[in-house]
Amino acid sequence: MEFVRNFPFLTIVFSLTCGVFCAVTRGKTAKRLCVCWLTLTFAMSLSVLIYTLRTDGSFIYRMGKWNAPWGNEIRVGPLEALMATAFSGVMVLSLSGGMSHIFADCEEGKVNIYFTMAALLTSSLFALIYTNDLFTAYVFVEINTIASCALVMLKSSGRTLVATTRYLIMSLLGSGLFLLGVVILYGITGELLMESIAEKVQDIFSTGEYSLPLTVVIGLMSVGLAVKSALFPFHSWLPDAHGSATASSSAILSGLVLKGYIIVLIKIFYRVFGLRVIVAERVSNFLFVYGILAMICGSVAALRQVDLKRMLAYSSIAQVGYIYVGLGMHSEAGMVAACVQILAHAITKPMLFCSAGGFMDVSGGQKSMAAITGAGRRDKLAGAAFTVGAMSMIGIPFFAGFATKLALAQGAVGSDKIRMTIALAAIVISTVLNAVYYVPVIFNIFSGTEGSEKAPRPKVGYVFAMGTFMVLNVAFGLFTQQITDVVRRGLQLFGM
Amino acid sequence: MPEFLENLFTNYYETGAVVIFGIGFTSLLMHRNLLKKIIGLNFMDSGLYLFLAAKGYIAGRLAPIITDGDADPTKYVNPIPTGLVLTGIVVSVSVTAFLLALTCRLYDKYHTLDIDEITNLARKERD
Repeated sequence: MEFVRNFPFLTIVFSLTCGVFCAVTRGKTAKRLCVCWLTLTFAMSLSVLIYTLRTDGSFIYRMGKWNAPWGNEIRVGPLEALMATAFSGVMVLSLSGGMSHIFADCEEGKVNIYFTMAALLTSSLFALIYTNDLFTAYVFVEINTIASCALVMLKSSGRTLVATTRYLIMSLLGSGLFLLGVVILYGITGELLMESIAEKVQDIFSTGEYSLPLTVVIGLMSVGLAVKSALFPFHSWLPDAHGSATASSSAILSGLVLKGYIIVLIKIFYRVFGLRVIVAERVSNFLFVYGILAMICGSVAALRQVDLKRMLAYSSIAQVGYIYVGLGMHSEAGMVAACVQILAHAITKPMLFCSAGGFMDVSGGQKSMAAITGAGRRDKLAGAAFTVGAMSMIGIPFFAGFATKLALAQGAVGSDKIRMTIALAAIVISTVLNAVYYVPVIFNIFSGTEGSEKAPRPKVGYVFAMGTFMVLNVAFGLFTQQITDVVRRGLQLFGM
Repeated sequence: MPEFLENLFTNYYETGAVVIFGIGFTSLLMHRNLLKKIIGLNFMDSGLYLFLAAKGYIAGRLAPIITDGDADPTKYVNPIPTGLVLTGIVVSVSVTAFLLALTCRLYDKYHTLDIDEITNLARKERD
């Protein structure tokens, strides 16, 4: 059983190697290679999850068995294993759900590059989840940025090129700020491993020395990662990038890439500074306020869209707002809500984007609301999946979205009075707004005539991905309690 | 605040580094010309590396390369910041290359480097 301890490291290396192999093979071979290897990493992450749940603890894996100041470490607990399992699973499903689009949208002979980038992206997501070292986190944040930008631009049209450029520039601004934060923190503490920094930070905090630099560091890191994860005032790059990319890319970017940076932020809050320092420094108040604004403004903007994929992209901005509201709650219940929202959105949004891809297939490649009228009747599977996804986003009970709204409301009730009032009001308003823009789309896709355009014979991968997504969503809604327990246990093991 | 100013002057390396970072950051954010944005990106990263290198240097000590078997740690500076700078340079080279390649493709397609103009042109075409 001890061999399982190597798996987290192996998943990172396996997906990197898979990227290298995909780069030198032809399209079809690269596709098989990528899907098989990523499924393998999913199985490995799942066994790590079972191992951590069985031993009910976390462990630190030292690279090359070097000790702390020289070696690099990765840390594995139930929360990390759960995230890794969910992310690798969603990665495979998103790729198979949009497979026909990948081959249609990429230039001839460049399809293998798509899978190379997908594998690199998975590897960097694993590394962001598991790493215990801030500088390693920075390096993988950059790899994540490059890989995700490449995923957007591989559908080559003028629009995606512009979207990629804007995405890359905003991301680089974000990583610049994050790196400045890491560098100043290194200057204050002289450490890069999270536990060692945490000890020093506690000392510094109790003496009151360097209180201004500490605030600056928390601010820089929060803003840097907030830009990269499209928190409300920094979201301008997201709708273009997610709206114009190919279906799988949109699914992966919305569902996973945004969350990777937020996981790093949660780790920094919990394992580097500790909740006590974060609450005292008051930086997270800003995250709370902007999260609330994102929930409302994202939904209002989504209301005005006439393009299905752009609407889904704006909906992602609102959903990221939910996560930041959880982070800004100043309580453990809020953090649990944030993590549950990360998981719930990661399994819901890719399903919506993949079904949007399905609608485009039966509507002559168009994605405007007018063009997809009746598309749910032409492609019944995509119609069903979209309905399930929309129900989940609105927050109907027994779907994944309801779990997060419940967790967030519980977190709000445990918080102070002003936060409770604002957060509960925002949840209600945002739920109503979600219903206002998702329900008309459901009516739209099932109304009208069936049309002459027949759906192409569905691919096995597409059917499998859609079916699994729907089952996962309902399962998440039914087993919310168990998932929340794992998340809570994982956060407790984070220490502090 | 005289004490504040004094701190700025004693740590002039760090002050300079943050000023360079700020210049780079604003040009990356504000400039409309893509090439100037890329130059801004490199300014920003150079500022960061200067900051790290300045933090890692201890006056009067040697680079941590042991030649005569003398491994007394008080004689050498900390090698980690230098290592971080090298890693950071590799990262910044790769993102610069990516951004330059993107700029080439945009210029081939639209014959301009102005990002606002390119955005307008791209909006007009159908995808």
